[in-house]
Amino acid sequence: MTAPDSEALSSMGQWQQILTAPPVWRVRVQAAFWMSTAMALRDQGGRLLGLWGEAGHENAFFYIHALGLGSTGYLWITLTVQSGEGQFPSLADIFPAASRMERALYDLTGIRAAGNADTRPWLRHQCWPAGIFPLREGQLDDRSFGMDGDADYPFQLIDSVDVHQIPVGPVHAGTIEPGHFRFSCIGEQILRLEERLGYTHKGVERLFQDRDVFAGARLAGRISGDTTAGYAWAYCMAVESIARCAIPPRAAALRAVCLERERMANHLGDLAALGNDAGFAFCQSQFLFIKESLLRENREIFGHRYLMDCIIPGGVAFDLNSAQTAAIQHNSESWQRTVQRLDLLLQEHSGLRDRLVGTGKIVPPRAAALGMAGLAGRASGQAWDLRVQFPHAPYQNLDVSMQLSPEGDVAARWQLRFREFYESLRLQTQLLLDLPSGDVSATIPESIPDGEGLGIVEAWRGEVFVALSVENARIKRCHPHDPSWTLWPVLEEAVLNDIVADFPLINKSFNLSYSGHDL
Amino acid sequence: MYRILKEIWRLGIPGKKIIPAKGQGPFRRSAAIRHVDAGSCNACELEIQALSGPHYGLEQVGLSLTASPRHADLLMVTGPVSRHMATALQDTFSAMPNPKKVVAIGDCACTGGIFAGSYAVVGAVEKVLPVAGQCPGCPPTPEAIRQTLVQVARQTRS
Repeated sequence: MTAPDSEALSSMGQWQQILTAPPVWRVRVQAAFWMSTAMALRDQGGRLLGLWGEAGHENAFFYIHALGLGSTGYLWITLTVQSGEGQFPSLADIFPAASRMERALYDLTGIRAAGNADTRPWLRHQCWPAGIFPLREGQLDDRSFGMDGDADYPFQLIDSVDVHQIPVGPVHAGTIEPGHFRFSCIGEQILRLEERLGYTHKGVERLFQDRDVFAGARLAGRISGDTTAGYAWAYCMAVESIARCAIPPRAAALRAVCLERERMANHLGDLAALGNDAGFAFCQSQFLFIKESLLRENREIFGHRYLMDCIIPGGVAFDLNSAQTAAIQHNSESWQRTVQRLDLLLQEHSGLRDRLVGTGKIVPPRAAALGMAGLAGRASGQAWDLRVQFPHAPYQNLDVSMQLSPEGDVAARWQLRFREFYESLRLQTQLLLDLPSGDVSATIPESIPDGEGLGIVEAWRGEVFVALSVENARIKRCHPHDPSWTLWPVLEEAVLNDIVADFPLINKSFNLSYSGHDL
Repeated sequence: MYRILKEIWRLGIPGKKIIPAKGQGPFRRSAAIRHVDAGSCNACELEIQALSGPHYGLEQVGLSLTASPRHADLLMVTGPVSRHMATALQDTFSAMPNPKKVVAIGDCACTGGIFAGSYAVVGAVEKVLPVAGQCPGCPPTPEAIRQTLVQVARQTRS
């Protein structure tokens, strides 16, 4: 097919397929078609994954990019805005998740989303002067930013004698990433939660500019340390698409082994932390033990505990021999048995169930309206999993089983982690049994052609994508996108009417990325 | 309850037993640690979380993590000190009573790491606070982190 399979969408412009698996279509729309394309996408049950901006040469014009998911694949839609216009139509009424993305787009490029009522800065904090847009050309010098703390952000508060505010963060009680949560409470119950993120903003999108694609891979793997394999793979997929380079089948299989191991490690860590947040030290100990065994195996066999720099442009940076695959299979069987025992034991622990069941609930119809996907989405009945619906190598032959729950509470997200763990173990076993022979990487030429590409994988939280454009063998623009952009606003709804003491549990059951979000 | 006890027995004691040496310096043998993520990518945090697991047993060496800086002796910092976290980091340090020491964990906290030079980042923790110990790595292993913390906790009064 040469265009998305929908008359409404295919008439919006000249579609070009830029990736086969997963299928990605590219189009540049006229201003008149921007809104109607978004509405056509929503009407066919599609989702918005990301929205980001790019400055054109000498800031004369700007690109507004959006990535959506329709019935036939991913749709990368771009609108050109002249510098004089300075704005584009907001998509926030069509896709709720677009609101914060548009605020961040303004912070970075200075282009407003007309019609978005929320004009407060999102990524920009007080020490970042108002007129400075880091992704515009020639905007920054050494004196641009100070170190002032954020003090004047206009939270939407509830003005009533009965309601009290609890500010939490950015420094949190546990060893987790920084962010601010402003609670409005009546007694113990949460009436409203408002998040303020951006504390870990490191200027990553600007750091990518002018790097060569290999240095870019190292940076991509450090956007969110717990999702290093996910980001590295999505980034490398984009590079390989631009370089028109196909990776060897052995490399694809080994990349999937990395991604599934990352999924398992994070799920184990979350089960440990959820136990801890419920005051259950036994649970924390048991899962941290298995996770540590997995990480030590990563170090011994793959070269890094978290698999950083294992996935590189062209393939992977390691190989496995038969002794190593046998060791992995042996350990997997042992972990499977242990986790299953713990699963049964904990299902019957009434103290734990009392905390988990019914807490932090998002019902499936609401989840659909909010555009939820990924692990949290599947726990609220949203059946999205890239590995199942639009599989790329090596997932096409693996028949991945999507795990779903209709409950949408902490208990559902807890249970889903177990089920995805078992499925990932099964996938790893299958991948290693059927490991194709051959090279583990193909050569990416130093003089990579100019072009743009997209890579997208089902990382452990959800779909991670990297949109990349290269000019003169250097990165011109790179936008890495975390599924947490769509899920952070959902957390504000999930906590409603629960007690403040349950917040750590609810937050941990989502376990969203701060660093991957803030960039 | 019986099944829980059985699992505990089955796991045993995976870590190595550590016998603390005779204490020196202002913290004797124990220290309470407050951690602040100053813009880290989260990998260093995962290794710090691993320290609470049975392989490492942070409390064996007299160290514990505390939620309040008012109760802390050491401040453990990860990340290249994003500008948005600089004030929160300084406030946490000011809230700690004397004697107190700062430890930089990970390449980013030691030198700014891969994010050095970015407009949004200050750089090494030592640009913001006086640092008593550094633990490089991307991320450093829990073993290395524990060793650095123990060293700093036992530094003689300078």
